[in-house]
Amino acid sequence: MPPILDISELRKSYSDGFEALKGVSLQIEAGEIIALLGPNGAGKTTLISTVCGITTATSGTVAVGGYDIIRDFRAARSMIGLVPQEINLEPFEKVINTVRFSRGLFGRAPDDAALERILRQLSLWDKRNNQIRELSGGMKRRVLIAKALSHEPRLLFLDEPTAGVDVELRKDMWEIVEGLKADGVTIVLTTHYIEEAEAIADRVGVIAKGELLLVEDKESLMARMGQKQLDVQLSEPLADVPKALHKYNLTLCDNNRTLTYSYDTRAERTGITKLLSDVSAAGLVLRDVVTRQSSLEDIFVGLVHDDKEGAQ
Amino acid sequence: MNWTAIRAIYLFEMARFFRTLAQSLISPVLSTSLYFVVFGAAIGSRIQEIEGVSYGSFIVPGLIMLSVITQAISNASFGIYFPKFIGTIYELLSAPVNFLEIVAGYVGAAATKALFIGVIILITAFFFVDVQIAHPLAMVAFLLLTCLSFALLGFIIGIWAGNFEQLQLVPLLVVTPLVFLGGSFYSISMLPPAWQTISYFNPVVYLISGFRWAFFGTADVPIGLSLLAIAGFTTVCLLVIGWIFKTGWRIRQ
Ligand SMILES: Nc1ncnc2c1ncn2[C@@H]1O[C@H](COP(=O)(O)OP(=O)(O)OP(=O)(O)O)[C@@H](O)[C@H]1O
Ligand SMILES: [Mg+2]
Repeated sequence: MPPILDISELRKSYSDGFEALKGVSLQIEAGEIIALLGPNGAGKTTLISTVCGITTATSGTVAVGGYDIIRDFRAARSMIGLVPQEINLEPFEKVINTVRFSRGLFGRAPDDAALERILRQLSLWDKRNNQIRELSGGMKRRVLIAKALSHEPRLLFLDEPTAGVDVELRKDMWEIVEGLKADGVTIVLTTHYIEEAEAIADRVGVIAKGELLLVEDKESLMARMGQKQLDVQLSEPLADVPKALHKYNLTLCDNNRTLTYSYDTRAERTGITKLLSDVSAAGLVLRDVVTRQSSLEDIFVGLVHDDKEGAQ
Repeated sequence: MNWTAIRAIYLFEMARFFRTLAQSLISPVLSTSLYFVVFGAAIGSRIQEIEGVSYGSFIVPGLIMLSVITQAISNASFGIYFPKFIGTIYELLSAPVNFLEIVAGYVGAAATKALFIGVIILITAFFFVDVQIAHPLAMVAFLLLTCLSFALLGFIIGIWAGNFEQLQLVPLLVVTPLVFLGGSFYSISMLPPAWQTISYFNPVVYLISGFRWAFFGTADVPIGLSLLAIAGFTTVCLLVIGWIFKTGWRIRQ
């Protein structure tokens, strides 16, 4: 089976000459959730808009489910659902009508039962006869999702689905995403919230300045780049790191009461056993031992930061 | 053809019309009634018959055209400008539809609304003056073609407009003068020869003349020429719209 989304060497220059995408390539397999992380202006929305046909690519190709988005635009686009970043809705329209419109626009025969299921799933059924302007911000965002789901897409783009959404609703959103994944929908979401990517994505892509810096399995990304720290807390403060422990590159912190050791979880030997026995051989008394793992956020900040330095 | 999509756009647009039905109908009916009172009864009684038709009846085709053209343009231009303005155009651009289907939906709805209003005005006219329709079929055909072609023009204006002022600009500065000077309220033959010649450059003249022929059997220009003019105008609009969607002008970055 071809990948559900196949982006190859995609470039986009806007009419003012600004190059928002600088040759992005990305393959996405059916059924996965991929999170695109990147600072403001990185090119996330541009990437999504180009795949969906809202902007035209300057060069490069995109295929959805094996269909080229230009040549076979009908087949390609019928598979795509898009939840845009901005809340764009007709204020005076009723919820049910705008969802019905979306379904028809994508060429699907009317199916009120399907629409009811989607609206119930998004807790919008009670509001179906309300005008959009009578809904709260979070509800409007869910109407956008309902519109995107109304034509049963195989590939769903969520452009910052949880921006400006409270914690409760964000958790709801994650559940909805999980449910869609269970139905076999492939999901590409953009977000600024690292914990969001950490919580729901299978793979993570990092975009900055129009370039895809990396795409990797979330677990392996965290394991590969995830340094672990071991804090050895001492009962008595130390004046200095004992000479016998210099080879471990320890740092002394917490008013000289804690020795911190960094190691790679995937290394053959972490050196922990040796370290601990050397610590007791040096006559230090342990109060506690704690390990910490860096989050995706640390990794992300590191990557984007490195990139900035590299550009200078 | 994605007929489901055309239908969805059409129904969505018509729903907007029916939601504000009273507003949509009151103003054209009221203004037409005023025209009949002022030009038909008050002033018209002092104007002699034109080509054997009383002045009140003579202005009926022109009045219908005036309203239908204005309505077709404003409905179609607003219909496509509004999604651009509030951002919902993203959905149209990302849907599996081609430009013909989008145009068919929006222009079809705008033309239907204009037709609706044209018919209402005709009915209103029956209450004020004596109207006979010599060629009913031709009358319907002209009405339909006018609704359609000016809805196409309105669609182009809606795509072109960058703000609400521009949306009003073309109808106000170009269309209204053309319609008024196109013989809505007089016969071209009543003008001095120089102005007659100039008038023949006004496309609306051909429309109104043809439409009036359908009512009274007399025309300023041959009926064939009228048909040719409106067909040509429709083609030009279609070509422009085709070009717009091909290049993404003003809609796709
Ligand atoms: N229509 C446009 N014309 C010119 N430049 C544009 C246009 N749209 C976006 N850009 C530029 O392209 C770059 C990428 O924008 P984009 O919206 O894709 O970023 P993003 O990653 O989605 O950011 P955010 O997280 O803020 O949503 C930005 O520098 C932006 O200014
Ligand atoms: Mg964005």
